[in-house]
Amino acid sequence: MNVIQYFLRHPSEIFQATVEHISLVAAAMLIAVAVGVPLGILVARRPWLSKPILGTANIAETIPSLALFGFLLPVPWLGERAARLAIVALTLYALLPIIRNTAAGIAGVDPAVREAARGMGMTQRQILWKVELPLSLSTVLAGVRVATVLTIGIATIAAAVGAGGLGEYIFRGLAMVNNSLILAGAIPAALLALGADFLLSVLERRLRPAR
Amino acid sequence: MNGQTGGEAVIEFRGVHYKLPNGQTLLNGVSFAIERGETLILLGRSGAGKTTALKLINRLLEPSGGEVQVEGRATVAWDPIALRRHIGYVIQEAGLFPHYTVEQNVSLVPRLEGRPAAQIRPRVEELLALVGLNPRTFLQRYPHELSGGQRQRVGVARALAADPPILLMDEPFGALDPLTRAEVRNEFQALQQRLGKTIVIVTHDTSEALLLGTRIALLEAGELRGIYPPREFLSSNEPVAAAYAEQLRRLEEFERDE
Repeated sequence: MNVIQYFLRHPSEIFQATVEHISLVAAAMLIAVAVGVPLGILVARRPWLSKPILGTANIAETIPSLALFGFLLPVPWLGERAARLAIVALTLYALLPIIRNTAAGIAGVDPAVREAARGMGMTQRQILWKVELPLSLSTVLAGVRVATVLTIGIATIAAAVGAGGLGEYIFRGLAMVNNSLILAGAIPAALLALGADFLLSVLERRLRPAR
Repeated sequence: MNGQTGGEAVIEFRGVHYKLPNGQTLLNGVSFAIERGETLILLGRSGAGKTTALKLINRLLEPSGGEVQVEGRATVAWDPIALRRHIGYVIQEAGLFPHYTVEQNVSLVPRLEGRPAAQIRPRVEELLALVGLNPRTFLQRYPHELSGGQRQRVGVARALAADPPILLMDEPFGALDPLTRAEVRNEFQALQQRLGKTIVIVTHDTSEALLLGTRIALLEAGELRGIYPPREFLSSNEPVAAAYAEQLRRLEEFERDE
């Protein structure tokens, strides 16, 4: 049985797995942005925090994904539900590019613009929301794009701890030495990554400040 | 001190020192007063402490010793936001917000102060006309669509938006080519008389200082060498001032010989 036949025979199952996959990634990305952007701002504001914060995020990035899922399994609250564990692990992977790009974006704002803003009597908060964030938005988004593509790939490993998603097919196919099954998971995952990359790059280009 | 008269001091430096965290001294015991309605030039070469002095006035920097007073109150006793809203600030290259249109740039401070939108639009048009830009052409443009001279004019309009009584200008014409520079400068001179504001301008250009200043404060290596009305500056015996005057005379001779 080839891949196409498999797709035609199990459309709703594969659709279901794709939805699971997307929801794992979406939940992880929401948390990663909510945590990573403020951390990136903090790194830009307090350079002495850059080493500990970026260092920690860097270490998380280097742990092999299968091992990270394994490490988190015995953690009490996390181990209870596979999806919860998967989202936390994916968030850890997504953090580094987001923190790094946010910090770089804010640090890259023209010092003359920032000085003008201060000199005009804008508060720190106004400078952040009206000047620094709008001007670094496309750089932040580039980080989000890298992180999204990364987590879509890593999320296939989440099936190893029973969190579902397209990885189910890949692991099942590996166990059964069935290439069609592997491809039934791998092809939609690759398409998801390409699609997310395309959409976010369009958005990123539209938000890039003119010069 | 030379050229001191008895008007009302709007800005006063009292024995002001400024040191960098690494111990380097940028201003060393500087004292002078700026009177209401005058245009004081801070003249000196790079590293003389001109910009440092300027930033002490709107509290972008705080003195390491001594005191800077604005309207009779030490800058460190002011709320920094209130102080800066009281003072217009124009920097080299204008520092316009690249993601805002000309209109949004100029109207920023009035908007932050919550003035009604119905008042802001006419005010922006009035300011653009004042600095010689046609509002209809320029309101919706972005800074990258403007020439250097136009950007500088928008920078001035933005600094004037909230009608501050004091205006600080750091090398306002420094990034412009010589012809545009002369043009913008001449227009500014006309504007200056109509506005009646207290203005402090940082420059290293002697002819600009003589043209725009009611008095010239000469800084050298973090110390004040003297304050002179333009005429006295040219005839001063103080060595640094004399060197500036001499350099200017040579330039004029060269122009005559041509």
